[in-house]
Amino acid sequence: MAGAQTPAAGYRAAIGTRATRRVALAGLALFAALLALPGIADRALVQDLIFVFYMLALAQCWNLLAGYAGLISVGQQAFVGLGGYMLFGLAVFAGIDPLLAIVLAGVIAAILALPTALVVFRLRGAYFAIGTWVVAEVYRLVFAQFKQLGGGTGTSLPPEITNTVFGIEFVKDLFGVRTAAARDIILYWAALLLAAGTILAVYLILRSRHGLALAAIRDSEPAAASAGVDNFRTKLWVYVATAAGTGMAGALIYLQKARISPDSAFAVLDWTAYVILIVVIGGIGTIEGPIVGVLVFWLLQTYLASYGTWYLILLGALAILIMLAAPKGLWGYVAERYGLVLFPVRRRLIGPGQR
Amino acid sequence: MAYLETQALTAFYGDFQALYGIDTVLERGETLAIIGANGAGKSTFLKTIAGLLPSAPAAVRLDGQPIGGMPPAKIVRLGISLVPEGRKLFPSLTVEENLLIGAYGSASGAWNLDRVYALFPILAERRRAPSTSLSGGQQQMAAIGRALMANPRILLCDEISLGLAPIVIRSIYAAIPAIKEAGVGLVLVEQDIAQAMAVADRVYCFQEGRLSLSGRPAELTREQIHAAYFGA
Amino acid sequence: MTQWLGTLIEGVMLGGLYALFAAGLSLIFGIMRLVNLAHGDLIVLAAFVVLVVAATLGLDPFVAAVLAAPVLFAFGYALQHLLLNRTLGRDILPPLLVTFGLSIIVQNGLLEAFSADSQRLKAGAVETASLSLGGGLAVGVMPLLTLASAVAVILALNLLFYRTSLGRAFRATADDPEIAQLMGIDNRSIFALAMGVAMTVVAVAALYLGMRANFDPTIGPARLIYAFEAVIIGGLGSFWGTLAGGIVIGLAQTIGARIDPEWQILAGHVAFLVVLVIRPRGLFPRAVD
Repeated sequence: MAGAQTPAAGYRAAIGTRATRRVALAGLALFAALLALPGIADRALVQDLIFVFYMLALAQCWNLLAGYAGLISVGQQAFVGLGGYMLFGLAVFAGIDPLLAIVLAGVIAAILALPTALVVFRLRGAYFAIGTWVVAEVYRLVFAQFKQLGGGTGTSLPPEITNTVFGIEFVKDLFGVRTAAARDIILYWAALLLAAGTILAVYLILRSRHGLALAAIRDSEPAAASAGVDNFRTKLWVYVATAAGTGMAGALIYLQKARISPDSAFAVLDWTAYVILIVVIGGIGTIEGPIVGVLVFWLLQTYLASYGTWYLILLGALAILIMLAAPKGLWGYVAERYGLVLFPVRRRLIGPGQR
Repeated sequence: MAYLETQALTAFYGDFQALYGIDTVLERGETLAIIGANGAGKSTFLKTIAGLLPSAPAAVRLDGQPIGGMPPAKIVRLGISLVPEGRKLFPSLTVEENLLIGAYGSASGAWNLDRVYALFPILAERRRAPSTSLSGGQQQMAAIGRALMANPRILLCDEISLGLAPIVIRSIYAAIPAIKEAGVGLVLVEQDIAQAMAVADRVYCFQEGRLSLSGRPAELTREQIHAAYFGA
Repeated sequence: MTQWLGTLIEGVMLGGLYALFAAGLSLIFGIMRLVNLAHGDLIVLAAFVVLVVAATLGLDPFVAAVLAAPVLFAFGYALQHLLLNRTLGRDILPPLLVTFGLSIIVQNGLLEAFSADSQRLKAGAVETASLSLGGGLAVGVMPLLTLASAVAVILALNLLFYRTSLGRAFRATADDPEIAQLMGIDNRSIFALAMGVAMTVVAVAALYLGMRANFDPTIGPARLIYAFEAVIIGGLGSFWGTLAGGIVIGLAQTIGARIDPEWQILAGHVAFLVVLVIRPRGLFPRAVD
């Protein structure tokens, strides 16, 4: 809210609660601990956590788009793949350091999100969802044409690039590890930053007046418009911001995998279905939800992925069950029951004399 | 035994309570008028009887039989038909198809296409036109005709004068006697008090979800109605 | 010149196949606004059902499909009644996620039951027969049959929707489910019936899918996209529109393939997006959105 408009005597709108400060401190402590983790954790855990962090980043982005802005996209894999391919292109052909390339990939994804939005924003609801999927397919088919990037079968990152990521020598000395492990640690930090960054960004957006606008749009577009919200622009900026985050995640994912192909980079299962499942299991429309969801998903992947087709059948059944029996997700129900909010974004009216 | 009665009828929209215990009675052959200001709960009352809103089983009785809470499709079959607020014709259907769909769930009876066209001749002229091409008054006639096609014992009419010019309202109300004569019980929710009271045997007045007045039109004074309508 | 004419004919024929894929979806999307992400996988499932019936009873695929149709009708009815009816409402996420889960289950279930091997519905000589059109042009009997079946299905659906009492009920429920109840229509039964009819159409689509080319459990999602493109291009509530939409996609794909074989699918998608940008409601929308 652009400065509290003259509130009635003694009333003000506030967002934080006393608990918020405690949660913020706990969050910082957790972040510091995670930062230092590579010093004591084994490589497998570090790699696992990279997966957790980038899935969390993807989930926060999708949640912002669908849970808050009401834009249910089934085509975010377009930006994952775009980010991945931009990373490869920038690192291999422009000689840019991969870490910098991650950031640039995000920027490029944001730029390309503009014309994409112009196409898909013509559609609404179910049409919008299908439209985004078709757009992602177009991206996939277009990138499959670029022979320099491996065409339909894909390509790998050469060792000259993977072994010279910025900071590898520093990490090797710091932790006394070999090149490959050092790269994992660098990627771990990058992924941690990305996850924390997306959470922070989403939180700040929702606390700002854009967040209010989003909630208004989600509830009723005509009403929001009549209150002075520019629906199109608000949705556009959310779409672009989400694309940037998703693009950066995509770049990071494929830097870690070091191998890319159109079918993998634009896979609807890995980058949309799993992401949606994570958000819905955790609790759509909350910032805490995706965090819970990604942890549950990590557990499922770790212990059950080896069951192949049966694991996928289980996931499918889980998606159905959650949607029918617990649409608010795990966090949604806990929060409602106990009134918990770790990331408060709703405004409360505080009267005179109240805290 | 009353034809249709409600007892301590309540209605909620989520947490908001719209009706606070309504007791009404409709005898055979009667015409009731329900009047009240906007938001008084009149439409809610009709919707609850028609089954679109939930209620306790004994709160609504038809010929003594509890019908509260039954699904709308079942209530139509039992003989209560609602002409919804705002006409709500089906836009994808023609005028005639709208009338025909009214008979979907019901047994055949006295009311059929010919009889409805006799009541509202303009509909016969426009039978093949899309329902969206009708004027407001014609749509209202079609909506009433559609409800009649279900051969109801009781017809609930929700603000059939809404948004219509006085001359059109008169032409619609000109059809009411024929419906009455056919033995259909009528409950008319109206904001046009004069028109409603002219055709009704008894009047109920709603005010903020409660009954504020009931009686025969001839016996009620303007002051009484005014007070009941707006609140003291 | 004849080459381009041949391409056009091929495109129209392919359009017939896509229209068959899309017809069932058009029905469901039109009535319930249900985004059924499992539609393609259900076509594949139906193809496997026809395969099993044909193999066990030693029947020709056409006869097997006729026998499989009532089974698939019942399956559709049950699916809607038990599962999909619970997802309907204003929010599109529940049907999206539930049908996606269903899609995963069907695909992987089929993989477990039948492995990833390619299958084929063998129709005998009909598969390769062709009809000469004169002037050096020929058209395959199978593609022609496919197109003819698509037209027949669409004619039948139009008859159902616009000339029967049930069809009126379908359209009324699609317009306004709440008011439809006031007509004595039980929405849940209507939706279940609609899904049953859709699965019967899917049986026809599956027959031609299986006879035309090899199929395996994973090809569902691609058919889904073509089907949706055809439905959306055609416009909501119009079955002839769905046929037109299928033909637009079919033509775009064959013309694209003619320019460069790698561009086939891409050309279809681009055509879809172009139509959508110019006419967001599709070419011949009939129902009110």
